[in-house]
Amino acid sequence: MRLYAGVQELRRDLHERKYSATELAQFYLDRISAFNDRINCFITVDEEGCLERAAEFDRQFGSSTNQPLCGIPIAHKDLFCTAGLPTTCASNMLKSFIAPYDATVVKRTSDEGTVSLGKTNMDEFAMGSSNETSFFGPVRNPWNPNRVPGGSSGGAAAAVASGMTPLATGSDTGGSIRQPASLCGVTGLKPTYGRVSRFGMIAFASSLDQGGPMAHSAVDVYELLAAMEGHDPFDSTSADVSKTVLPESNQALVIGYPEAFFDGLDKHIAGCIEEARAKFEALGHTIKLVELPHVEAAIAAYYVLSSAEASTNLARYDGVRYGHRAAESDDLIDMYCKSRTEGFGLEVKRRILTGTYSLSVGYFDAYYLKAQKIRRLVRDGFLAAFENVDLILAPVTPSPAFEIASLNTQPIEMYRQDLYTIPVSLAGLPALSLPCGFVDGLPVGMQLIGPHFAEGAVLGGGIAFQNVTDWHDQHPDLEATLGS
Amino acid sequence: MNTAWEPVIGIEIHVQLATESKIFSSTPVEFGAEPNVRANLVDLAMPGALPVLNEEAVAMAVKFGLAIGAEISETCIFDRKNYFYPDLPKGYQISQFESPIVGRGQLPVFLDDGSVREISITRAHLEEDAGKSIHDRFSQHTGIDLNRAGTPLLEVVTEPDMRSAAEAAACFRQLHALVSWLEICDGNLAEGSMRCDANVSVRPAGDTGFGERTEIKNINSFRFVERAVNHEIERQIDILEHGGEIVRETRQYDATRDMTFSMRGKELSDDYRYFPDPDLLPLRITKSFRDSVRASMPELPRQKLDRFVTDFGIDREVAARLTSDREIATYFEATVALGAAPLLSANWILGDVAAALNRDERDYSDVPVSAQQLADLVKRLEDQTLSSNLAKDVFDTIWSSDESVDEIIDRRGLRQLSDVDELSDLVQSVVTAHPEQVEQIRGGATKVMGFLVGQVMKASLGKADPRQVNELLKRMLNI
Repeated sequence: MRLYAGVQELRRDLHERKYSATELAQFYLDRISAFNDRINCFITVDEEGCLERAAEFDRQFGSSTNQPLCGIPIAHKDLFCTAGLPTTCASNMLKSFIAPYDATVVKRTSDEGTVSLGKTNMDEFAMGSSNETSFFGPVRNPWNPNRVPGGSSGGAAAAVASGMTPLATGSDTGGSIRQPASLCGVTGLKPTYGRVSRFGMIAFASSLDQGGPMAHSAVDVYELLAAMEGHDPFDSTSADVSKTVLPESNQALVIGYPEAFFDGLDKHIAGCIEEARAKFEALGHTIKLVELPHVEAAIAAYYVLSSAEASTNLARYDGVRYGHRAAESDDLIDMYCKSRTEGFGLEVKRRILTGTYSLSVGYFDAYYLKAQKIRRLVRDGFLAAFENVDLILAPVTPSPAFEIASLNTQPIEMYRQDLYTIPVSLAGLPALSLPCGFVDGLPVGMQLIGPHFAEGAVLGGGIAFQNVTDWHDQHPDLEATLGS
Repeated sequence: MNTAWEPVIGIEIHVQLATESKIFSSTPVEFGAEPNVRANLVDLAMPGALPVLNEEAVAMAVKFGLAIGAEISETCIFDRKNYFYPDLPKGYQISQFESPIVGRGQLPVFLDDGSVREISITRAHLEEDAGKSIHDRFSQHTGIDLNRAGTPLLEVVTEPDMRSAAEAAACFRQLHALVSWLEICDGNLAEGSMRCDANVSVRPAGDTGFGERTEIKNINSFRFVERAVNHEIERQIDILEHGGEIVRETRQYDATRDMTFSMRGKELSDDYRYFPDPDLLPLRITKSFRDSVRASMPELPRQKLDRFVTDFGIDREVAARLTSDREIATYFEATVALGAAPLLSANWILGDVAAALNRDERDYSDVPVSAQQLADLVKRLEDQTLSSNLAKDVFDTIWSSDESVDEIIDRRGLRQLSDVDELSDLVQSVVTAHPEQVEQIRGGATKVMGFLVGQVMKASLGKADPRQVNELLKRMLNI
């Protein structure tokens, strides 16, 4: 059994009975029990369920009906509902909530044969860029435990980076897959809005939330995407489009290079992306400068819109039917106030308040409506750019992983973490975040952005890049940094 | 009513659409089930649950829109109306704020005096109902029943076109008849299938501006609408005549005490923070969808009215009454289809049948006289087998019996006595028996004729035709 083995290797080994699914699951469970106490990337480890399911597959192996991901372990971000297992959204509000149903993503990946190890840590209700807002404590970056792993899918990124799982589901609203993937040195895809069902994925900002895969490589990301994607009649915003198909050969592409994104970017990160750009040229692709207007207004628009949606999406956590209810209260209003005050953390409250404000009479036009207009302009800017290029190459984060607690009291600085990911989210486009170098011993990633539903082209570009580089094969030495 | 003041009334009706399942979930709609057994993930607002629009509710709303000649939106949006209440599980209601599915239309309303008022419908929009809070079942606690949560509602809003409580009630009744006609609502007022809010203001007679208004919430019967609005009109006039001011507020009608009382002040407006629900895509209603709904619609009241006038040669006013309610129209058509004369049938249906229904507090959906019985009765009147007096007798019999009209006529020997010889014998014997009256008539007291006709009718057991008796008497007395 090889640490950091990819899906194809695991599949082959399981078929050749080099090891059983049970042994494989146990291997990852051991890794989790060795390091999770210090990385804190799992909120719930489902040892029993995981081994039971692996044993079930072991009895079935050899039959011709094996699913593509049969016996391969996976970890779900703790906002995907799982029947019978806690789904907390990393919040005190839901710390003992057990969903009565499986999210579509959970069901589909399970139908494809994955074995779930448990639920990964995240920023509370997916609100955050450092995984420090979790009720269950911060996740630590496997490359340096004093650094953040990024967020909100920080647990998923850290779990993949530390070899605790080969596959993980994440969700991305303004960068929550791409930014932690970049800071932890793993590969993650934010699919086109509508590609992956949101049914059963606890909502933060409905018009932006999108589930997606995280793994060691673009090939594995594709494998997991194939299990997650597809139209879902239970999600009205899910698109009825054909499945992602990888391009057949290495076609020559025109790759856009948005110069504006590189102004003020950490020069070491810019250097890594320059190198990647040269690699793409060496692969026969053409680089072309593109303009992406209005992206400077994107962060403001994003925080107005996502907070507005969040403020009403989170209204259902009222202590009435499930979730946290204050022990003592004088009347209904008091029950609401206490339950929500105790149940939600600071960042969640901040967003509920700002979101409520921007939807209020007298402010709606100046904030919500204006933000919608900016969103439209940003989207139009990307669509215009894609008339001339096939993909766009961009940075993911303005800096490598920062120190834990260093941005806690500076929300605006924290929000700027998503400077390069947010415009893509507003436009609803697919983007792959993949490693492209190191700065001060910390991984750095880049984004390949594609037109709507062009996941095939995006992943094809990533696979081609990873065929000629080994950034994605670099892994942290946990034993050395943490001690065993 | 104080004629110095003119009431101005507009109403809003929440029509519960008779869909199989809820508007945003697959839960079957069922009244009276055990609490919370008709509530799934979506209705309970479980984390991660998402709404999916029920197309049947859309088709019903479109049906209503087409029936009132309204514009149907090509694209409309569902909005979130945000407020906290324990029986509102999501913390917001999915409704339509700026772009209702049905735009402006017209509803002809039939008033008791036989006249028709065209009432403008401002809009109608789709929304979901909330659950119910149960305050009287648990001590110290409120129970929440979410069976009703997510039931589809069509909220119909009228212009302030009504000028009396009776008109407001008539408008509610007309909307009830229309949605029943279209089969988009079961019309069961007692179960809350239609709930009426009335906006009431008064102004000095002759003014064209509007006075400050109050809203009376959740009235669930036609009679209560009339009473509640009348009370409110009187209350407002009383305040204004004493130099007071009307406060904009929401009031509730208490049927047992027969009065309205203030529920809560409705300041300029609560801030519901409406915004488009990002979980639902804009609803596009294509021409082909509209056409398929139109094709599935029954003949509309106005189309039927025109047809009755053309096909049966009856007055517009009579045709309008026959088509004011689908049950009446159906009953009329069934009767005529069985060969009864249209005008005579209409007169019976709108006259004797209506009176008897009213007496027994029944409606046209359960007339105890079948169309076949009524058609036979009308035919026997037409062919003069029955006198009109005996026809009323027979009608009273068939009101509580399934017996056929002809069987009743034969069994009771009610066939009209039209044989001239037999009748002449009867007349002769009456003349012989009353020489005094005959003398009076011959002396010019023609009024006494009536007495003799009555005696002949009595002798014929009511089977004679009074006109024929009259003629025979005149001939016999040579006057």
